[in-house]
Amino acid sequence: MTGRAAGPADPGGLAVRVIPCLDVDGGRVVKGVNFAGLRDAGDPVELARRYDAEGADELVFLDITASSAGRDTTYDVVRRTAEEVFIPLTVGGGVRSVDDVDRLLRAGADKVGVNTAAIERPELLTEIGDRFGAQVLVLSVDARRTAGSATTGSGFEITTHGGRVGTGLDAVAWARRAASDGVGEILLNSMDADGTRTGFDLELIAQVRAAVTVPVVASGGAGRPADFPAAVAAGADAVLAASVFHFGQLRVAEVKDAIAGAGYAVRR
Amino acid sequence: MAPRVVVLDHGSGNLRSAERALSRVGADVTVSADPRAAREADGLVVPGVGAFAACMQGLGRVGAVEIVCGRASAGRPVLGICVGMQVLFDAGLEHGVDTAGIGALPGTVERLDAPVLPHMGWNTVHSAHGSTLFAGVEHERFYFVHSYGVRHWPAAAEPRTGSARVSWAEHGAPFVAAVEVGALAATQFHPEKSGAAGARMLANWVGTL
Repeated sequence: MTGRAAGPADPGGLAVRVIPCLDVDGGRVVKGVNFAGLRDAGDPVELARRYDAEGADELVFLDITASSAGRDTTYDVVRRTAEEVFIPLTVGGGVRSVDDVDRLLRAGADKVGVNTAAIERPELLTEIGDRFGAQVLVLSVDARRTAGSATTGSGFEITTHGGRVGTGLDAVAWARRAASDGVGEILLNSMDADGTRTGFDLELIAQVRAAVTVPVVASGGAGRPADFPAAVAAGADAVLAASVFHFGQLRVAEVKDAIAGAGYAVRR
Repeated sequence: MAPRVVVLDHGSGNLRSAERALSRVGADVTVSADPRAAREADGLVVPGVGAFAACMQGLGRVGAVEIVCGRASAGRPVLGICVGMQVLFDAGLEHGVDTAGIGALPGTVERLDAPVLPHMGWNTVHSAHGSTLFAGVEHERFYFVHSYGVRHWPAAAEPRTGSARVSWAEHGAPFVAAVEVGALAATQFHPEKSGAAGARMLANWVGTL
């Protein structure tokens, strides 16, 4: 809506989505945020508004709150965000039951990300899909390359606890299974690349892309604008980043320019 | 006075966004399952996510099939969104099961044919000439999330399509993105999640009430 005309002409069709991710703890954004002109850089609602104005196509809130009392504030944050920001909002982190999903959707989330609980109890995916439809269900996969004696067919394993604990389960096979169980989207986070700013794990993206027909969101490793079109070329339908946006290292518009420059459609 | 809009609560997903987006463009909005409120509102919004059959069941529970048909024949505006649009058609074919729809619009909802489904994200729309909904936002993208859609629109001989304005989008193959006919308006995408373009579209609709 800004009318910017950088890069080649819009080829039309479905746009590659650019998605900022916010880590929220007890209703506050954690990890530093370095935006000029914010009244309260820790307020997820204000940041959500800011990213919306900058042209973000969706937002992800990752709730890392440990205490259940703190989790109540998450619903309040989702509620306040949905009242002001009119782009899709995915909320993940600590979702363990159909009731958790119901509460988040009622608060105003459009999609809900499920991670560890589905590894422990895969039926949860079908339960959520049957009740609310596949379109609300995002499988969040924290994958890393296997090392030492732990090997999987794909060379990638699922991790839990923010990448600290390896499960020995094949990450690509897990994505394939979840997609056939009715997950509507895969949020694919490379724990090896996460925080390095050296680019997405393109091999991981390509393997999961080949294994599923649902949209794949690439996450982990974004550093330069050119990293984003590379992830799209590897098969990502959407690209997600956190710290490069929060610290003002990259703007959403720059990322879109890079993606458009490579010939893909973006929303302006 | 602000037009009174009821967002029909038939147990389907996130209604808060639709409520807030419509309020923001000046409507007096109530989220309600009350049949009387739904009949008497200046405009009725029928949201919907998930499966066609489940949505029809939810609508059946609140008596909405008769309400939508009654409003359409009386020329009282209805806006269907996403699966709330799909159920306005004759039938939905999901997982090999054929479910009767409301039948206010001609056609069948079937699985899209594309390498990646759901069709999720911001897509362009070829808006119908003379569309009221798309006035001023003819060239914007809107947010879609669905795996099913209406891929064939019957010939003009069909009485229900007489003056219909049909807008198309493409994912793998063309499908109906929006329909405007008489008092019925419907979008496959989510105007309430489509940022400023969606707000303009909702304002266009509220302007008809």
